[in-house]
Amino acid sequence: MKPIVVRGARVVDPSAGRDEIADVLLQDGVVRAVGRGLGTPDGAAVLDAAGLVAAPGLVDLHVHLREPGREDVETIATGARAAAAGGFTSVCAMPNTDPVTDNQAAVGFILGQARRAGFARVYPIGAVSLGQQGEQLAEIGELAAAGAVAVSDDGRPVATAHLMRTALEYARTFAIPVIDHCEDQSLSHGGAMHEGLTSTRLGLKGIPRSAEDIIVARDIALAELTGGHVHFAHVSTAGAVRMIREAKARGLRVTAEVTPHHFTLTDAACESYETNAKMNPPLREATDVAALRAGLADGTIDCIATDHAPHHYDAKEAEFDNAPFGVVGLETALGLAIAELVEPGVLTLAQLVERMASGPASLAHLPGGTLRPGQPADVVVFDPAAAWTVDPALFFSKSRNTPFGGRRLRGLVRWTLVGGVVVHSAGDRPDTGNRSGR
Amino acid sequence: MSGALGKDLLGLEHLSADQIRLILDTAEPFKEISERAIKKVPVLRGKTIVNLFFEASTRTRISFEFAEKRLSADTVNVAASGSSVVKGETLVDTARNLEAMRIDMVVMRHGSSGAAKFLADRIESTVINAGDGKHEHPTQGLLDLLTIRDHRPIAGTKVCIVGDVLHSRVARSNIWGLLKLGAAVAVCGPQSLLPLGIEALGVHVFRRVEEAIAWADVLNVLRLQLERMQAGYIPSLREYYRHFGVTVERLEQAPRDLLILHPGPMNRGVEIDSRVADGPHSVILNQVTNGVAVRMAVLYLLAGGNPELAEAAKGASDR
Amino acid sequence: MLTDKRQLLLDERAFARTLHRMVLDILRQNPDPDRLVLIGIQRRGVELAARLASLLARETGAQVPRGALDITLYRDDFEVVGPRPLVGPTHLPVKLDGREAWIVDDVLFTGRTVRAALDELADFGRPGRIGLAVLVDRGGRELPIQADVVGERVPTAGGDRVEVFVRELDGRDAVEVVRAGRAAP
Repeated sequence: MKPIVVRGARVVDPSAGRDEIADVLLQDGVVRAVGRGLGTPDGAAVLDAAGLVAAPGLVDLHVHLREPGREDVETIATGARAAAAGGFTSVCAMPNTDPVTDNQAAVGFILGQARRAGFARVYPIGAVSLGQQGEQLAEIGELAAAGAVAVSDDGRPVATAHLMRTALEYARTFAIPVIDHCEDQSLSHGGAMHEGLTSTRLGLKGIPRSAEDIIVARDIALAELTGGHVHFAHVSTAGAVRMIREAKARGLRVTAEVTPHHFTLTDAACESYETNAKMNPPLREATDVAALRAGLADGTIDCIATDHAPHHYDAKEAEFDNAPFGVVGLETALGLAIAELVEPGVLTLAQLVERMASGPASLAHLPGGTLRPGQPADVVVFDPAAAWTVDPALFFSKSRNTPFGGRRLRGLVRWTLVGGVVVHSAGDRPDTGNRSGR
Repeated sequence: MSGALGKDLLGLEHLSADQIRLILDTAEPFKEISERAIKKVPVLRGKTIVNLFFEASTRTRISFEFAEKRLSADTVNVAASGSSVVKGETLVDTARNLEAMRIDMVVMRHGSSGAAKFLADRIESTVINAGDGKHEHPTQGLLDLLTIRDHRPIAGTKVCIVGDVLHSRVARSNIWGLLKLGAAVAVCGPQSLLPLGIEALGVHVFRRVEEAIAWADVLNVLRLQLERMQAGYIPSLREYYRHFGVTVERLEQAPRDLLILHPGPMNRGVEIDSRVADGPHSVILNQVTNGVAVRMAVLYLLAGGNPELAEAAKGASDR
Repeated sequence: MLTDKRQLLLDERAFARTLHRMVLDILRQNPDPDRLVLIGIQRRGVELAARLASLLARETGAQVPRGALDITLYRDDFEVVGPRPLVGPTHLPVKLDGREAWIVDDVLFTGRTVRAALDELADFGRPGRIGLAVLVDRGGRELPIQADVVGERVPTAGGDRVEVFVRELDGRDAVEVVRAGRAAP
């Protein structure tokens, strides 16, 4: 593996308190040095990064890679390649596959597939309950030992307070968070979008904010009871943000993530029954979007996670009620974050890197998220000012279900490096054969 | 094909007041045709219309069928069972198959909100929405408007829709049509059956049917479905009747004579008393008659000619 | 430069004389006024039928029943021109069977309107005989249809217009011909 020098970038590394023009030397899979005027070792490749930003590779705590079970819409390889294209060097794969990741063999399978593909690192998330059925606790210790970095029944909420309590207590032993998809299904049952004026006009059953707020409140109470770490997946309501802020102020171990579509769009995107605006939790109203942005700014929301959810074109090409929930997000996340958060001044670039790299990495105790010497050479180099238009036909993901087709974004990945190897370059196209991975 | 109404009729929400008035005005002369001995005019001769009903419906389908046949069109009825997912063939494929058979128009009723638009976006044929999920039932809204207009001008009239508004596409279409034509609109029912945000549409909300009766000139009484009780929105049909039923006793308290409409079929003794439904202020049967005329008007206006040829023909003889 | 030229074909007095002459023609072809029914084609045919009926009443004392036809739904050009607003009601006051039904219209041109009227009448019944009375025949037939009673004949070219004004709708009785502009030689 050749050494690589990233020359002359604006290096933004919140973990080291760094935001300055510098060079980054990557060697033997780790960051060797960061500083001005670094020399070029023999045989090193030089990436001219003048005018670009170099940051620790982005970390996505919430993706669905669909393998095993739905390889027609995404595989671990294609998902990891899409992640690299989006500037992500690590992603965490949710367990709602078929079969569910509720045993060590399943965890090992995912790790093996990811290693073979050689693009972004993939860390499995194990299930809270066997088969995600919400009844019996999965063997969380075994999952953690095999490499799972968290447990979740995402796709669904952790079914009962008792199960959530037990999971939190048990997972504490292995120092991994329980990630909860907060949804009271008795309130949300049958719902297809946010309950509000738009759902009334469209004649669609709505999912009220309370469906999420109720479970957030439940889990906060259980975090207090158990001292365990609850991580709230895809927060969507102003009420949830408020409760999480208050819980943190009281010193509880709760963390939260928000998706780019939730901090960008409202339920107006569902007009004309656009199924690519159908996801769970649903897009809500402007007041919620404002609260989510404020939550990102003041740190109530710790990180941005895409909830990348590939679906087949045929499945989404259906009546709104019958279409599945979910949109892809790996390849639009950075562009949306810069356009919607950095440009309007909600976050500085350094704060953004905190929310998308160092924050999630430390939250889940993952390697990476930093450019300190000795740490893995996972780097993203991007042009923060480049404007580009989203063309789903050019996605590396197998799926195209995005509400952002045709939208103008800002911030384009130039290179993504994992373990000191370039796994994505701007100009790569899915059909022309990707650069080889590790 | 596009004309004054565009390619399709999907709902009343996006029609202008002028377009709605055009349909109602066009329906007037069509009423007369149904009174003739030979109830047929040749204007849609040779047009093929498919009635694609994914939900069982006798009265709407028959009403459309009469309208189509009285305009001399050829009609085909397709009763597709259940959701497209259950059936196996997707709605997209059904649509494409129909189009490959070169049909002119599809009249569709489907259980999913937005299904009519879904179909209309994917086929060239004209699509008429005969009810999509809980979204809209535009021809019902139009015939309700026509029936009210037979008795009084719509502008300034106070119309209250009573019942399960939450699940009602008839209510939504009525609300749009009435507001656009200048009526004052209210809804009344148990709150669990009223949709969130309804006031933001410009609609009053009455929580007690006595208040609605005191206010209104017209009541449009919606059918209460058994499923609502089973799904827990209301405790029982008996309770609904006791507190929201449109009864003779309640109407006797009304300060004026109210016009009573009901889209049918009626649950006598649940949302409405038989004596009210069959009484002197009920125009429920007129609704049915007007339904055929309104549907004829809609078919006529949408089946319209080729606009390019129309321009060329403007100078041509017409006598 | 192309200019339309407008000519007065019938003034108020000529209009009245023409109607009177038409009534005499109708009676000559049909001596039994009790079997007559006059059916005006919307729009101005209806007003003309009313005038003819009152003239007939003055001549014979008979009250001739009058009907009206809107032929919009029987047109043969729906495909081309699309839906048009219906101009007026259709109603027939008496059964047609066995009667002498006279269609009354203001201008006879291509003949397609009369064809549509014949189709529509057929849906109402079977008159013993159908006659056609028109105020103006402007030539230019596209179908083999002729009027039995004609008020005034005027040859016209394709782009010309014949405009009939009736007091009930337009405030005056007149017939004018507008010749389409021709380039100066």
